Amino acid sequence: MTPLLSANHLTFSYTDRPVLDDVSFEIDRASIVAVIGPNGSGKTTLLKILNATLEPAAGSLVLSGRDTKRWSRREIARTVAIVPQEIPAVFPFFAEEIVLMGRFPYLRSLAFEDRTDYRIAREAMEQTDCLAFAHRRFTELSAGERQRVLIARALAQEPQILLLDESTVFLDLKHQARFLSLLHRLNRERQMTVIFVTHDINLAAQNAHRLLLLYNGKKYAIGTPADVLTAQTLKEVYDVAVGIDQNPHDGSPRVTLLT
Amino acid sequence: MTLSRVLRVSALLFLFFAAISLVSLGVGAIAIAPQDVLSALLGVLAGQEPSAPEDLILFSVRLPRILFAGVVGASLSAGGVIFQALLRNPLADPFVLGISGGSALGAILAIVIGASAFYLGLPFLAFIGALATVFLVFVVAGGPRGVLLDNSLLLAGVVVNSFFSAAILFALSVVDSLELHSISFWLMGDLSRASLPEIGGAALCLVACFAVLYAQARKLNLIVQGEETALQLGVNVRATKYLLLAATSLVIAVAVSFAGIIGFIGIMVPHMMRLVYGSDHRLLLPAAALFGASFLVAADTAARTVLAPSELPVGVITALCGAPYFIFLMRRKERR
Repeated sequence: MTPLLSANHLTFSYTDRPVLDDVSFEIDRASIVAVIGPNGSGKTTLLKILNATLEPAAGSLVLSGRDTKRWSRREIARTVAIVPQEIPAVFPFFAEEIVLMGRFPYLRSLAFEDRTDYRIAREAMEQTDCLAFAHRRFTELSAGERQRVLIARALAQEPQILLLDESTVFLDLKHQARFLSLLHRLNRERQMTVIFVTHDINLAAQNAHRLLLLYNGKKYAIGTPADVLTAQTLKEVYDVAVGIDQNPHDGSPRVTLLT
Repeated sequence: MTLSRVLRVSALLFLFFAAISLVSLGVGAIAIAPQDVLSALLGVLAGQEPSAPEDLILFSVRLPRILFAGVVGASLSAGGVIFQALLRNPLADPFVLGISGGSALGAILAIVIGASAFYLGLPFLAFIGALATVFLVFVVAGGPRGVLLDNSLLLAGVVVNSFFSAAILFALSVVDSLELHSISFWLMGDLSRASLPEIGGAALCLVACFAVLYAQARKLNLIVQGEETALQLGVNVRATKYLLLAATSLVIAVAVSFAGIIGFIGIMVPHMMRLVYGSDHRLLLPAAALFGASFLVAADTAARTVLAPSELPVGVITALCGAPYFIFLMRRKERR
């Protein structure tokens, strides 16, 4: 079976120093993958290449067996959605309008959103608990509320692949829990593939099927959490001493910083 | 957003424009009662030849001027909406960014080198001037990776503007041409000199460009979320941006080449419309164009009546309301 996504020798740089250096990996349909690594290891850049926001300087990205260079913008937006870190909002759109923008790749250029689009947007907002402020202005919302709106917008794109860039940072505990269980449900019920970037290694270990560890723009390791998270690896990559045991609730590896 | 809402609001604002125009038709050195204006209009629509001396004032002086003010007001306001969206800055407008100035310089250059003798020579050079300024502003204000910084943008506009004012004044002092009208025409705007064919041309250009701009309205909504976001949601950002810049520059150039520089309307009108109707460009764009038309008709009516029998350049009126409005917006933005 061909993988949903395969990255072949991806290389990228903003200046002389490569941000990504010959990174190759494959991701299967309906998997949950966490991308981890120290600051500046190329995690966000990798996400932006995965949805063709950035074009790799060398290497290729093959999505469903077809090189992304041969996909149109709209096709990509119907397949891959990203929840970005924080975006500065300038003009006061309503939260619902922001979510409806996720329907853009499905609409003809002069068309107005129809009932189906509104239904999909409402469902997405229900799932991320934003219906209560659907008619408030995006600029007036708290960081956590804004993040939920952006998650809803990504869901409204009905993607096969959902990319998340530190999307739990601003969420409180309740909404983190809701969000994580939503991700697992989408993954189970709609076979959605989730790729998320995080600094929280335990969150990654508990929620991802596989971890991709980046270090200085290179792929350091990819595999199950138990394979990737060893004391020796974390010492080499993060330069910290850690203790690793098993999480008593779900059996995932649990990392404790030893200071 | 629904089509019916767009149509309802547009109809409402069109009625508002018609009402303002009707009032404006009756106001002036010779006052004409609204009912007389209406009956004269209806008479002409029914095919009668205008005969009374009042009719002459109505149809050959005031009506063309009002139509022209409408076209120019709509052009500048729609242009303001587009620049604000593309630059993600509510303070951007054709005047503040120096694009009107560049366009005026192009027009004056056309007169100086004699290109205005050719068909469309003057508007063409005005268009080149506008395009060149757009390019200049983006280069001066563009930070790394195309990120536009608020302050550098306004600063670039100030610099570009004062350079163009100086160049215009220079051209006016070395060239002694009857065609150059008066200095105030280029620097403060004047709606009284346009001929009927010019008004028709400007109106055609506005309608054509507006159709192009409106077709991109939904993409604009996404572009104001950030170019990267727009890209991720499926917008071909680069092509859209170039198309919008070209169409907007053309609209501005035509307005400026026939009416001179009229400032601030491109900031005030879009801002007011955003307050009332929200930020969706499918509604904002027609609302700003129609309200901008009404606004400039009102401003021009004031310009020709407050000091009657002498006239003010209409740009004086828009700057007198616009500059304080600008400062108010800037202060409010900084407090956030």
